[in-house]
Amino acid sequence: MTTRSLLITASPHLGARDTTPTIMWSVVASLVPVVGAAIYYFGPSAVLVIGAACAGAMMTELVFGPKGALKDGSAAITGILLGLVLPPGLPMWMAFLGGVFSIGIGKLIFGGLGQNIFNPALLGRAFLQAAFPVALTTWPALGGDWWSLRGDNLALPLMSPATPDALTGATPLGLMKFEQVATADSNLIMGSIGGSLGETSGIIILLCGLYLALRNHLNWRIPASILLTVALFSGGLHLLDPVRYPSAIFMLFSGGLMIGAVYMATDMVTSPVTNRGCWIFGFGIGFLVVVIRLWGGLPEGVMYAILLMNAMVPFINRATQPRVFGTRLKEVGS
Amino acid sequence: MSGELFWILISAMVVNNFTLFYFLGLCPFMGVSARVETAIRMGAANIFVLTITSICAWFLNTYILPYAPYLRLISFIVVIASLVQIVEMTIKKISPKLFRQLGIYLPLITTNCAILGFAIFATNKGYGFLQGLSYAVGAGLGLTLALVLMASIRESAELSDVADVAKGTALVFIIAGCLSLAFMGFAGLLSTT
Repeated sequence: MTTRSLLITASPHLGARDTTPTIMWSVVASLVPVVGAAIYYFGPSAVLVIGAACAGAMMTELVFGPKGALKDGSAAITGILLGLVLPPGLPMWMAFLGGVFSIGIGKLIFGGLGQNIFNPALLGRAFLQAAFPVALTTWPALGGDWWSLRGDNLALPLMSPATPDALTGATPLGLMKFEQVATADSNLIMGSIGGSLGETSGIIILLCGLYLALRNHLNWRIPASILLTVALFSGGLHLLDPVRYPSAIFMLFSGGLMIGAVYMATDMVTSPVTNRGCWIFGFGIGFLVVVIRLWGGLPEGVMYAILLMNAMVPFINRATQPRVFGTRLKEVGS
Repeated sequence: MSGELFWILISAMVVNNFTLFYFLGLCPFMGVSARVETAIRMGAANIFVLTITSICAWFLNTYILPYAPYLRLISFIVVIASLVQIVEMTIKKISPKLFRQLGIYLPLITTNCAILGFAIFATNKGYGFLQGLSYAVGAGLGLTLALVLMASIRESAELSDVADVAKGTALVFIIAGCLSLAFMGFAGLLSTT
């Protein structure tokens, strides 16, 4: 990258009203209903966990990032998204640490905004999952007093959190995988299910995604191809063996698929450049999600599926290079 | 039977990836992953040597090691290394083109930990001849996959202004860690093979 004062680009110079900050802050605005749903279902714990993740991400950006980088809103998005994929009962210091890791290792090491390979929020989540596997898979049961904390949010760093008193529940995917219990479709779609903060209401996330797609802030092909692949693949398996494999509706609305497909996979930095690449990318994520969920050892695989396909993106970009105008396809590339 | 061979191959390639799951063969992973073309050649050489290794290991395990189990490590290394040298010389004579394609990588990886690790894993799992072969091809393809992924990521990271503290090998290690985190998602898949 050259110095900013010497940035020279080729003509034609078309002015666009969209700048990085407007796009980023409109994504933040579209996340408000999702955060609202999280607060509605999980009470003050949602505020604490999302706040701690945001604080970690934004403080790291402030201290180590380039000057003024905090204003473009990307660190805020990373923080909120990381908070949304964490369990409500997570101790705040872990969420804070995840935010620090997301921005520090996931983004700033690679050169800051627009240059990271992996989705920072998901990388932070994967790091926390590897570091604190028990805390990251403890889910509170729904119901109870709205004002009560859904776990030991205020645990001190490096102290083992107090075990919650008979408050743990299970996610629909966990129930399906380990106890073969299906959850009612209506509960899944409306969101009154256990799970991470942002895993509750699929409909709200879909509507927010529709808003972003209409404003052209995300490439609709990515969520469309992910959801289509999951629906067709798992629906086909369900037809083959309805007892063993859950229905397509269940697969679509359970776990982090919606928030992953709409907000994580569509990250402009870590998704392919070409539209054809986006279809391949989405197909790969959908396929891996179904494989990990149905045959893997973990109940949920959206995070890993997206990270794996993030790693493939440079390769997809290479493979789907469009033809340079006026040349034959063979002459392009190396 | 053929189904079992296929699952052994997939398991060695993706789930129990030698580089990203067992952390074997890190030297080529760090050293020869700067360009996609060289990474692919390195991967091809890996598949080749692993296949020879699996044949050697099977012969040694079946005919020699039952009588002298204490010779296992040293006989693996000596036999594999010398056989690869002989095969390399033969290729040089018969097909100079293939020799140039594989280039320096063939002797380079013969003494790599992934090769010895493979021989020991295959022995511990008690694989027969065909199973061992498909395990070798799977492991080689897995190494190729890791190398190509790493090389394409490194090629695109070259265009970004990486933080000064992480330039060079440090960044490669960080990327390797992230890749390994992502591959954790396959844990428990195909655990029966």
